[in-house]
Amino acid sequence: MTTDWVFNLYVFVLATFVGYQVISRVPPLLHTPLMSGTNAISGISLVASLLAAGTNHLLSEILGFVAVTCASINVVGGFLITDRMLRMFQKKPSPVAAKPLPARAGASS
Amino acid sequence: MTAAAVLLSLCYLVAAVLFILCLRGLSGPESARRGLFLGELGMLIAVVGTLLHKDIIRYDWILAGLVLGSTIGVAISAWIPMTKMPERIALSHSFGGLASALVGVAEYLREVDKLTPFKMGALGFETFLGFLTFTGSIMAFGKLSGIVRGAPVTWKGQNVINIGLFFCALVAIGYLVFNRDASHVFFGVAGTGLALGVMAVLPIGGADMPVVISLLNSYAGLAACATGFALSSQILIISGALDGSSGLLLSILMSKAMNRSFTNVLFGAFGQADAGPAPAAAADSRPFNEATVEDAGAVLKASQSVIVIPGYGMAVSQAQHAVRDLAAALEKRGTNVRYAIHPVAGRMPGHMNVLLAEANVPYDKLFDLDAINDDFEHTDAVLVVGANDVVNPAAKNDSSSPIYGMPVFNVEQSRSVLVLKRSMKAGFSGVENELFYQPNTMMVLGDAKKTLLALVNEVKEG
Repeated sequence: MTTDWVFNLYVFVLATFVGYQVISRVPPLLHTPLMSGTNAISGISLVASLLAAGTNHLLSEILGFVAVTCASINVVGGFLITDRMLRMFQKKPSPVAAKPLPARAGASS
Repeated sequence: MTAAAVLLSLCYLVAAVLFILCLRGLSGPESARRGLFLGELGMLIAVVGTLLHKDIIRYDWILAGLVLGSTIGVAISAWIPMTKMPERIALSHSFGGLASALVGVAEYLREVDKLTPFKMGALGFETFLGFLTFTGSIMAFGKLSGIVRGAPVTWKGQNVINIGLFFCALVAIGYLVFNRDASHVFFGVAGTGLALGVMAVLPIGGADMPVVISLLNSYAGLAACATGFALSSQILIISGALDGSSGLLLSILMSKAMNRSFTNVLFGAFGQADAGPAPAAAADSRPFNEATVEDAGAVLKASQSVIVIPGYGMAVSQAQHAVRDLAAALEKRGTNVRYAIHPVAGRMPGHMNVLLAEANVPYDKLFDLDAINDDFEHTDAVLVVGANDVVNPAAKNDSSSPIYGMPVFNVEQSRSVLVLKRSMKAGFSGVENELFYQPNTMMVLGDAKKTLLALVNEVKEG
């Protein structure tokens, strides 16, 4: 079991390194989607919450239930809202300056 | 390892690769959505794989949580306006922190008799960091949404107490490693995390929020990592590390953009020592050029090139669409309109970019500090919409100013400067802005959105 944590440390260090390399290429333009996207990804703690909620230990189940709820808010909400933002950025720069503006309230689509 | 366990591990490996590809996609707006889709796919694979895990005995709680969480998640993401993005991000950090912390507590309660020293330590960190992120982010949310007073709250010995609490928690976790049954110590650690989250964010003011949100992002990632170490789950470690390094990188960028160190942001309430009431009062009586909408409109109409500098004020008055309307009206007249975006404009990294994207401003018109700063001297008019510190020349030439050294726009080099501002009061940081009193500056006081809409009419008429 001692080698277990050494192995995990390897994974951690290498993942941090890869993360740093990949993320340093994200332009400031997309920093908010980056934050909201990594937030959705870290909602992977849903996996751990599932294991806590799916046991036969009452307190663990209740805590796990709350954790599952929180984590799935992050996963579902995080991916959806990141996509909503990225859709706005994806619009091709176009010379339609004179066109009337689309509806503004809650422009989700 | 059974065949099923190997299969699950492989699922996680695929998910991890997809997550990295997802972040890689974010290196440009063209590839970003495709990248995000890969991330979603990775999440789906990981979750479905886990649901088939043999350790899961019952599904009722899981199903309830998934349905409830997804519903809330869909609702929030569908209805929240883009101007509220910093609040949403802060809230989601708090959910992430809470999830990690509760998993830690559940794991402790269930397995306390079987914990190895290493796993105990990891659980301690997970719970501590998780709760700290939870309350810290709730506080950040409160400050951003105005529920909690946004100004820094400080008292004597604050830093000593906070650092003391932090070391207490470390010592307690160390104690738990050797005495795993000491449940009161474990809950003490949890409580310390909760308290420290509140205490650490209290002294931090609104303008420092970009750094704080980034830091909380990285804490949430670290908490997920600690969960991964406790459960020996590589997918959690990898995802947590990705989240953590993104938060760390952003905090470094934000600190740099304010020319301040981490420690300075965390332990020095902004403008506290430097902004006494005396200089502000003295400055109030100085003359400045107050301009009407007609004056401002005339300047804009006479300009060949205009640079717009948005700040938090644009978000507050939801003026991004009005800004775009004005730009469109000017472009119709043949004026070249660009936007200069400071890294710490607004309340989170990239805040202004998102708002302008929402208003359909093409992203090739948005320029970073370095990309546009040499162009101001060739610019006819600069339009400052609710920005303050990022256009303060004191950052360049007044070594006694609290923001001295912060990279700012060379606004004063342009032919004329139009500043849209609510009133002449000093901004959040309490730092006086010389720019407002310069001869080529025109102050248009009032709500930015109303002023902009009036300007649009003005420009369209002539």
